[in-house]
Amino acid sequence: MESSTLHSNEDDIASAVVRHQEAHGAPHVPASSVRMSLIDEVYARSGVNVRTCYQCGKCSAGCPMMGEMAVRPHVVMHLVQRNQRAEALSCDGIWLCLSCETCSARCPKSADPARVIDTLREMATETNPGLAPRAIGAFNKTFLDQIRSKGRMSEVGLAMQFNLRSGRLLQDATSMPALVSRGKLKINPPSMRDIDDVRRIFANVEAATRDARSKGGYR
Amino acid sequence: MSLAYYPGCSLHGTAREFDESMRAVADALGIEMTEIDDWSCCGASSAHSSNHLLGVALAARNLALAEAEGRDAVVAPCAACFSRLAMARQEVAEDEELAASLPGILERPFDNTVDVLNVVQLLLPYAESIRELVADGPGFSAVGQMKVASYYGCLLVRPVGVAGADDTEVPTTMEQVASACGAQPVAWNMAVECCGGSLSMSRTSSVVRLGRAIIDDARRAGADAIVVACPMCHANLDFRQVARAEDGGTVPVIYLTQLVGLALGIDAEKLGLNRHFVDTSPLLVELADRATSAEADAAAKAAAKATRAGAVV
Repeated sequence: MESSTLHSNEDDIASAVVRHQEAHGAPHVPASSVRMSLIDEVYARSGVNVRTCYQCGKCSAGCPMMGEMAVRPHVVMHLVQRNQRAEALSCDGIWLCLSCETCSARCPKSADPARVIDTLREMATETNPGLAPRAIGAFNKTFLDQIRSKGRMSEVGLAMQFNLRSGRLLQDATSMPALVSRGKLKINPPSMRDIDDVRRIFANVEAATRDARSKGGYR
Repeated sequence: MSLAYYPGCSLHGTAREFDESMRAVADALGIEMTEIDDWSCCGASSAHSSNHLLGVALAARNLALAEAEGRDAVVAPCAACFSRLAMARQEVAEDEELAASLPGILERPFDNTVDVLNVVQLLLPYAESIRELVADGPGFSAVGQMKVASYYGCLLVRPVGVAGADDTEVPTTMEQVASACGAQPVAWNMAVECCGGSLSMSRTSSVVRLGRAIIDDARRAGADAIVVACPMCHANLDFRQVARAEDGGTVPVIYLTQLVGLALGIDAEKLGLNRHFVDTSPLLVELADRATSAEADAAAKAAAKATRAGAVV
């Protein structure tokens, strides 16, 4: 990140907050309740300046999921530029993104669509976990629950809990015998000794995130 | 260099043959690596899209453990683990505020001193030793008959600046290792395309579609096998395509470490080649046959040359 863009953008954010407060005449309003524009919030969270995007569409052209998306990556970038928060946080494009990073590798403006999409998913998860399609939300939640409870991911546990949460009770069930015969499924993989160490990380991250948000910050 | 080993969750489960072949090859090449004691999940691929700080912290815990063990570098064979560890290392290096907050979050010292390597980066400096070891070894003739499509997928080449690939669009490092094994890399178009890894469970139909395109291109290019270095890529190109195996539309998918192991003459079963869904045994038989007939051809040519030379004299 070049320092010049960084500083000018931070000034933008500060002045945007001041403008907002002046317009609404409520200087006593705590920072957390002042909603900055989407483009500034994405910047504050990720350090990515979506203003640099000039809508060439290269991100969408190389996206392996483009054909399945109603809202393609360059449109996601445009939604951020136009401050269309609700549309950006609920569009299918951010959830179908595979994080393959092809868009960001090829972006001529280094506007990093993959990081922007990751940031939008993080914001959507905080705003309303129901915004994610059921299966994708179920996968992420199951995955994180696994790490929190075991410190490591158990593939059997992941698959079984995912099926329960997503309502796809029999997905991959027919593959189980073949996985077992290949020695690939361990019902109880070697566990960690100090699982509490990982749980403390979850707790500390949650506390740090709460703390940052309550101060109106995002990092 | 003191090297730590981070197997990650998949290598203890569905990708155990990656772990088996990694360890066997490291032994054969004299690479000493020590598994990080009480390592934990790196958080891929859900943590970073749910809470960015959590994604960094879960990966950083393992780097901090390796650091406390006095390691200079850690090798993470799983491309997803590699990516999360390398990403954490880079973000902490670039963000002082983050670096200052991590020891508190991890509740342990963390100076970010441990380098992160993927399996290609680990093996590349050994290319010459591999070449020398296989030259007269028992595996050489069979692997020498093998045409391979080197598949990098996403995480060995992207994000740019984190993955440390030699080229983002046309990388060559896997081909260099494969060539050192005596294998013949094919030219193909899908080397850095995504297989759909992160949606393997939640949107399987997309993943099958993406995997198919990769396999079809490898077959078009005449590859006998696709070589991978990622358990997610492997599952999507092998396990997820098993329905297709019946109509002959698949191709064996092997780990880079299995290719190196075969070339070094390590037993196929010890490398876990029997654990794949697309059966690798017909290929191994076929390669041995090709090697035998190549040897016979060479012998016949030599004999003919000797006869001609005799006739001239």
